[in-house]
Amino acid sequence: MNDSPARLPLRTAAAVKLGNLSSTLSQKMGLGAGGMIGGRVALKLDPQALNRLTQGRRVAVVTGTNGKTTSTMMLARAVGALGEVATNHSGANMPDGHVTALSKQPDAPYAVLECDEAYFPAVAGASNPSVAVILNLSRDQLDRVGEVRTIERSLRDAVNKLQNCTIVANCDDVMVTSAAWNAPKVVWVATGTGWHHDSASCPRCGNPIRWQGEHWHCTGCDLARPHPNWITADEAMITPEHQKLELRLTLPGKFNQANAVMASAAAHAMGVPADEAVRRLRGVSNVSGRYRTIQRGGRSARLLLSKNPAGWSETLTVVKEANHPAVLVINAQEADGRDLSWLWDVPFERLQGRTVIASGERATDLAVRLTYAEVQHTIVPDPLKAIDQMPQGAVEVIANYTAFRDLNARAAADE
Amino acid sequence: MSESTIQIALVLPDLLGTYGDFGNAVVLEKRMTWRGIKAEIVPINYGQPVPDSCDIYVVGGGEDTAQTLAVKHLREHPGLQRAVTKNAVVLGVCAGIQIFGESFTRADNVTHPGMGLIDSTSHAGGSRAIGEVIAEPAGGLFEGVLTGFENHQGRTVLGPAARPLAHVKVGTGNDGSVEGAVQGRILCTYLHGPVLPRNPQIADLLIEWATGVKPAPLDLPAVSAMRAERVKAAS
Repeated sequence: MNDSPARLPLRTAAAVKLGNLSSTLSQKMGLGAGGMIGGRVALKLDPQALNRLTQGRRVAVVTGTNGKTTSTMMLARAVGALGEVATNHSGANMPDGHVTALSKQPDAPYAVLECDEAYFPAVAGASNPSVAVILNLSRDQLDRVGEVRTIERSLRDAVNKLQNCTIVANCDDVMVTSAAWNAPKVVWVATGTGWHHDSASCPRCGNPIRWQGEHWHCTGCDLARPHPNWITADEAMITPEHQKLELRLTLPGKFNQANAVMASAAAHAMGVPADEAVRRLRGVSNVSGRYRTIQRGGRSARLLLSKNPAGWSETLTVVKEANHPAVLVINAQEADGRDLSWLWDVPFERLQGRTVIASGERATDLAVRLTYAEVQHTIVPDPLKAIDQMPQGAVEVIANYTAFRDLNARAAADE
Repeated sequence: MSESTIQIALVLPDLLGTYGDFGNAVVLEKRMTWRGIKAEIVPINYGQPVPDSCDIYVVGGGEDTAQTLAVKHLREHPGLQRAVTKNAVVLGVCAGIQIFGESFTRADNVTHPGMGLIDSTSHAGGSRAIGEVIAEPAGGLFEGVLTGFENHQGRTVLGPAARPLAHVKVGTGNDGSVEGAVQGRILCTYLHGPVLPRNPQIADLLIEWATGVKPAPLDLPAVSAMRAERVKAAS
């Protein structure tokens, strides 16, 4: 540990060593991927571990409801232009995951950390980031995370306290704009995406928000869409220097274009030239198994992760172009949120006329939603069996968090 | 059935639609349409006047600030209150049960006036009630159990003019013992899920009140299967 960016105190160094040992043991014994257990052990032994492990590094923290893992991976690739980057790859986005990732790369001078929005204040407070990225905020796991306005307020308080930090914020999202509004240094990004259903009223004063095309303003206070520094154009982005750069991403959909522009703006704030950032992040193709295609008996099944209404709405747009059969997989474990009311906020009506299978631990809840959406379907709770029952050819598989995680692990084991 | 279309007002979905409450309006509309009863959903957004001419009003759950704004809007544009005097049917969910009452008091101890449509008062409870709920019907109002998912801080006390919708077996409901409220043709509950997809018998009760005719049976196997699963999971 001697050549760590900042020499670790004995206590942290010992905690990190024991933590790494636990990760290795956890992997060897087949208990888990080791993404969190090491950090959990280290944090127990040294509660200041996150603060000490980030000292002397330049840190970027990425948060928001959707696109965190993808944007983090893109930003880590881009910042790789400057030197070695420590990052939490597999969506282990709470402090124990951060400590594990940082412990594994003690010498990396840069860190790019994906952070669960509920943990952002604690993580940003401990890691003194140079850049904080706020992608978007919408309803998600209301029984665990809480309501959107509560999250917005806690992010707002957290970013206002950060010293020498550039906030990279999506100005097409009213909640994100409000969170970043008073921060000393903000880079505004027009992403062209935003879920408007949680921002009919101003998060600051409660008056109605009025939209005119892409512009919006509050009718009661001064909150309004700021002038963007970066703009997402069709398959391209426009930099603050008015340079137009083609994105040419491997990943599909408008949402990933937004992620790429947010990541480019953040990389730029870390010191990476915009064209180099785009060149590097363009290659991101498989994000913890998302978007990858698995082959099963003449079927090419593309695996897509969607966790909440805004994410599902976007994914249904991505799968709209080709009329492929779709397997929809829904669980409601604690990490998914136990309340499935949100299924009624997803426009499943768009799947009318397709071959659809409802799958997952809560396939019957989904089947009820599809029934009322007048989408013909069958129920096959096991998602791999559901794929096998589809006609040969391309199949779209959309799953929520634990459903995706389990399906991806089983598919990887089969390969 | 008359030729007229049953209008289902979806009240302030932009403020009170946090928990998939749109689903309650969809279920009412489809269960009528599939039986040959003409029905349509009329969304009433924040900033718009509230009409008093709809047959059914559906009011959902919302966050605290949104709930305060919603009451302010509904008091300034009292179309819903006028509709109640003309015997309209009303479903109030979660925030709905709180804002329809005489008053509701938040965790910050500030008391807000309600709409005075049902004889109840609400106040903040010690802890947030989150989880699956099962309740038995009160007074033979409907058949089968009531199932749903609750997520609320508020506790509600009913006065003599309001009667409970159900008796709680699992979960918290209004106060740990009774769940929801019924007064005239206003039916309130704390339950999400949303409540009508989970409980088609309540949807049909509201349809019967609105049309004056008991609707024909409608067997949806997925709905029966889901109810059985949820009841088993909560027991």
